[in-house]
Amino acid sequence: MRVLPRQLDQPLLRPAVEPGVGAHALASPEQQATAPAFSGSTGPEEADSYVERHTMADTAKPKGGGTTRSTGGRRRSRKDSPSNIADEQPKVLLEYYRQMLLIRRFEERTGQAYTQARIGGYCHLNLGEEATIVGLMTALQERDYLFTNYRDHGYAIGKGMSPRSVMAELYGRSTGAAKGWGGSMHMYDTETRMLGGYGIVGGQLPLATGAALAISYRGGDEVVMCQMGDGTTNIGAWHESLNIASLWNLPVIFVVINNYTGMGTPVEASSAEPELYKRGSAFRIEGVRVDGRDVLAVRDAAANLVERARSEQRPFLLEATSYRMKGHSVVDPAKYRTKEQVEEARSNDPITAFEATLEKAGILTEEAKQEIADSVREEVADAAEFAENSPHPEVSTLFDYTYATPVANESRRMPADPVFAE
Amino acid sequence: MAEFSMGQALNRALRDALAADPSVVVYGEDVGPLGGVFRVTDGLTAEFGEDRVFDSPLAESGIVGTAVGMAMYGRRPVVEMQFDAFGYPAFEQVVSHVAKMRNRTRGRVGLPLVIRIPYGGGIGAVEHHGDSSEMYYAHTPGLHVVTPATPADAYSLLREAIEDPDPVVFLEPKRRYWTKAEVDLPVRTEPMDRAVVRRTGTDVTLIAYGPMVDTVLEAAEAAREEGCAAEVVDLRSLSPFDDQTVTASVRRTGRAVVVHEAATFGGYGAEVAARVTEQCFHYLEAPVLRVGGFDIPYPPPELEEYHLPSVDRILGAIDRLQWESEWTAESPAVPGRRSEVGV
Repeated sequence: MRVLPRQLDQPLLRPAVEPGVGAHALASPEQQATAPAFSGSTGPEEADSYVERHTMADTAKPKGGGTTRSTGGRRRSRKDSPSNIADEQPKVLLEYYRQMLLIRRFEERTGQAYTQARIGGYCHLNLGEEATIVGLMTALQERDYLFTNYRDHGYAIGKGMSPRSVMAELYGRSTGAAKGWGGSMHMYDTETRMLGGYGIVGGQLPLATGAALAISYRGGDEVVMCQMGDGTTNIGAWHESLNIASLWNLPVIFVVINNYTGMGTPVEASSAEPELYKRGSAFRIEGVRVDGRDVLAVRDAAANLVERARSEQRPFLLEATSYRMKGHSVVDPAKYRTKEQVEEARSNDPITAFEATLEKAGILTEEAKQEIADSVREEVADAAEFAENSPHPEVSTLFDYTYATPVANESRRMPADPVFAE
Repeated sequence: MAEFSMGQALNRALRDALAADPSVVVYGEDVGPLGGVFRVTDGLTAEFGEDRVFDSPLAESGIVGTAVGMAMYGRRPVVEMQFDAFGYPAFEQVVSHVAKMRNRTRGRVGLPLVIRIPYGGGIGAVEHHGDSSEMYYAHTPGLHVVTPATPADAYSLLREAIEDPDPVVFLEPKRRYWTKAEVDLPVRTEPMDRAVVRRTGTDVTLIAYGPMVDTVLEAAEAAREEGCAAEVVDLRSLSPFDDQTVTASVRRTGRAVVVHEAATFGGYGAEVAARVTEQCFHYLEAPVLRVGGFDIPYPPPELEEYHLPSVDRILGAIDRLQWESEWTAESPAVPGRRSEVGV
């Protein structure tokens, strides 16, 4: 078996993150100072000083303990993207823009359909996370696997699932990705290697770790990306998964989307270490924090870690800071947010920002903008129409997939129950 | 008298318990300023402060585990699992520690704690959010398992659960959170371990609890129109089970149907059927029947209505109780007729 515990002579601390890639994207000077293991030049010989410095400098709790509710200063100011826009291919940039807009319009339509009761169950939107999603998905190869939490529509599209199958799944129709049984929280498509949205917080972590174990076991070169929200870093499965992933050198990137709010609870009120990218340190997993509003920064940071996970066969932790434009789910009025916070989220719209950058660089012309807007609108309308016109799942399918064989299901029906009387 | 929904009655029960006993603390995921997903804890943090009603991290095992510690140290924690299936990460704590502490310490340490769990389907809430998890808890010795069906019971049972010296798994039927009734709060209804007869009848006993009581009452009304007088027993407490009330009723009627949302195989109805058979064998005119959810994972909203017991399916079960004459003779109904109704 390939997954042996790490050799003792193996360096326990990671080499420095290459300047210009990933780690610096959001690391402010004070972070650089307090978290050398994540962004500095720490080598194996500095292991002790790292641990010491980390424990002394970073584990001191803010006054007031875990219930601090202050919001001031926890968001980093926007930095210029590490990638020079001039070095990028305009076509590629426009494709990122188009993808982001597609997710935005798709989610707006989803929210609308949900409030019109066309979509059942619970419904969590990716509004405000478009740059993060596109950046992350761009960093993955087609052969790489993706696990996400329940906020998964945009990821499904980003990983290559058709908006039609995603929308039909949301509508609960039989043409959906999971034949209407998965719904909003359980997008699943083996073909594009989107191995699921998961409705239970933390549920996907051990699964993603297991997928990475399988890859490692058979010597494959795929990487697993496992997305989650900030609240997940407090559940038991987080600790168990990160420990196993690091202990057994598994190629998995744990991606924490930190929108600073676990449903309605601020991150400082739920995480003893609210700088979430540092939470891998207990498992000797290198952590990187990136500005999730910046598609290029996310792409660079993620691509760097994905390729390192692939070549070095070990896990990484990536934290993408993000703004949730709306409540936790469509029905959440988000009364716990102040007017200022809502305004702050609005003014940090990743699409508006990227649009402005592209326009300033002369890449996004008025004409191209209109063209993209039209084609995106059309694609979303097509997906919704497809979903609307798709058949509902048949009642007769109720027992179909509980077991592999229909016989077993038959035997567990209620005796003499007349539900499917001839 | 004023009108209260079940959610409001629960909120009031928590408020009154917090006011009555300084050792009561309420915590869980977003139960603080947000007031809980179903607003059951709405306003409590504002009234009692963050020391007594507070948000926890997303860590169900941690929530229940710390509640055990709090209870060991003399607090009376009331913790919330946000949804039925969210309680599964805490299952180990519940089964291995909550249920066993008194026994393990030979009576020296009891755990006066309450685990509130919104459970059951009927609100289009999909997998993880529509589960009926009562049997996992009812099967575990050392736990009380209680579930109200009315706002008055919601208030009274929760107050009593909090005052109880033993751990109580308090299951709140989420589809009935908005069911309203005229109640004079604070109210104390029958003791927590008693079942109650919600409707009297002579032909058949319909046994239900929590979310299914209203459905069964509706079915009883429909049966009456066809000439069948059904008695309805609301169990209220699943553990302990009130043999006395159930047995007395079935001995009077000679027939019984147990109704619940949970999967039928190995479900609570199986236990009730076995007990009724043991206690009433010579009084029974027909086998005890069960109407429950199918033995499948919780279906999507589009198919939920077929999975959950409906009035028609309950009436269908009544029809299959081997009637010979009596009410069936006076009405056009014949055994098995309901089967044509299908879904």
